[in-house]
Amino acid sequence: MTSRVYLFTCIVCPLGCTLEVEMDGDKIKEVKGYTCPKGREWAIEEVMNPKRVVMSVIKVRNGKLPTVSVKTAEPVPKAKIPELMKFLAKLEVEGPIRVGQTILEFEGIKIVATRET
Amino acid sequence: MSGLHIIQYDVVVIGGGPAGMAAAVKAKELGLNVLLLDDNEYLGGILPQCIHPGFGIHYFKEELTGPEFAYRLTKRALELGVDYYTAARVLEIKNYSDIEKVVIFSSPKGAFEVWTKTIIYAAGARERHAFEIGIVGDRGAGIYTAGEAQTLMDIYGIMPGREIVIVGSGDVGLIMARRFALEGANVKAVIELMPYPGGLARNIMILKDFDIPLYLSHKVVEVKGKNRVERVKVIKVDENLNEIPGTEFWIECDTVVISAGLIPSVKLLTNIGAEIDPATGGPIVNDLFETTIPGIFAAGNTVLINDLVDYVAEQGELAAYGAKLFIENGGIPTKHWIKLRKGENVRLLIPHYLSGERDVFIYARVKRPMENVEVRFPEIGKRLRLPIVKPAEMLRLKLRKEDIAKAKDEITMEVVPL
Ligand code: SF4
Repeated sequence: MTSRVYLFTCIVCPLGCTLEVEMDGDKIKEVKGYTCPKGREWAIEEVMNPKRVVMSVIKVRNGKLPTVSVKTAEPVPKAKIPELMKFLAKLEVEGPIRVGQTILEFEGIKIVATRET
Repeated sequence: MSGLHIIQYDVVVIGGGPAGMAAAVKAKELGLNVLLLDDNEYLGGILPQCIHPGFGIHYFKEELTGPEFAYRLTKRALELGVDYYTAARVLEIKNYSDIEKVVIFSSPKGAFEVWTKTIIYAAGARERHAFEIGIVGDRGAGIYTAGEAQTLMDIYGIMPGREIVIVGSGDVGLIMARRFALEGANVKAVIELMPYPGGLARNIMILKDFDIPLYLSHKVVEVKGKNRVERVKVIKVDENLNEIPGTEFWIECDTVVISAGLIPSVKLLTNIGAEIDPATGGPIVNDLFETTIPGIFAAGNTVLINDLVDYVAEQGELAAYGAKLFIENGGIPTKHWIKLRKGENVRLLIPHYLSGERDVFIYARVKRPMENVEVRFPEIGKRLRLPIVKPAEMLRLKLRKEDIAKAKDEITMEVVPL
């Protein structure tokens, strides 16, 4: 089993502690550097299953602006992001679009408009 | 339509970004007759193109994207019936007397001369361009400021290039690095002059997410490529930011994105004699964000470059409150003004004058990153310990009215390592 150490700056609060996660294969051996439990949880999540809310723009026909900005309604596993981006790049939707409107879904994740167009 | 329309208001807000919109909304809520002007086609300033999250945590108690933040303010302004013009170019401000000011603007609806008691100037800031940071060489296509690249991608849906070098590790540069990487472009490097990154920690993480190399203590000195950018020359700098000969290398790319900071837009203010603070590049203001010209207020990035839109909106509201007090009292009431002075390790500090009539938030930036420090205000015996301070993260601290009252003429702020 190989052991690996991951280093992060915690972004949960402005204190920005330097967190260290030591892995033994696919198991967590030790988490160091946190000042509060939230930071510990975040570091573990970051190593085991990093997720991000994804923002992008989609082309719009007949809108006030040529694109609508969108976000995923929930964080998406990092590994899925390139596929999601390719999917969004191919789309073109019809205006007008309201803020908060679900434009469509990607593998059960809602893509929501963040700008009026 | 032709001719000059003459109209009258209590307050004219110049700039429809977050500072101006928050000011206009607040002024209307306070019962003032308000006119909001913006030179863009739509309200919101740069927010509609800032499609990432991180906005509104303080102001709306909720994390929003830029367009959502703008939408909420716009909606509120429309509900309240705030008068506004977009595509309105303000040509001149005239200050006839403390309660008689004139704003002249042109718009597709004609030219207007607005008589007003007060003005809130919220024109924001502009980006520093390549030639301002000493980059020489060819002027082929493919050199953009971060904001220009963002407008192209996130408003018009046009990709500026595929092989990207980003100059400057401030927040906008890092956010654009992520946008480019997400869109499948190859972000080859972020080049930072200083020995530490310029952006917030949450944005530095972007580099890790996409394996983008960050070169600290490096600068781009030359661009090659007659028709289109082909490569850039990078050199290492020493602790005094002097170039180290023999450390040059080239990076091939088709696009250079400059994210080298913002400069407050103050031209119309300086035209009428408002005093400028050389440290912020913005006007000298008191605790209601009134400039040195009575009845002319300023807010947001016009005053100082903020890192959070929440603070910008907060300053807009404060200026609106100032406008109301000014109109009611024929000036901002105070027994005497107390000067807020920069001490050790403080690079900039706002506001410049305190009335002692109210609690205030002060905004400050330190000169260099430090751990375990004490922020001291010796004249009023106030001390505060902080585990970490960084130039990239603006300090916002509250001073209470009772504490301010303890000072005679000035209050110094210093940041001392323990
Ligand atoms: S570990 Fe806790 S205290 Fe440290 S930065 Fe993270 S959330 Fe803040």
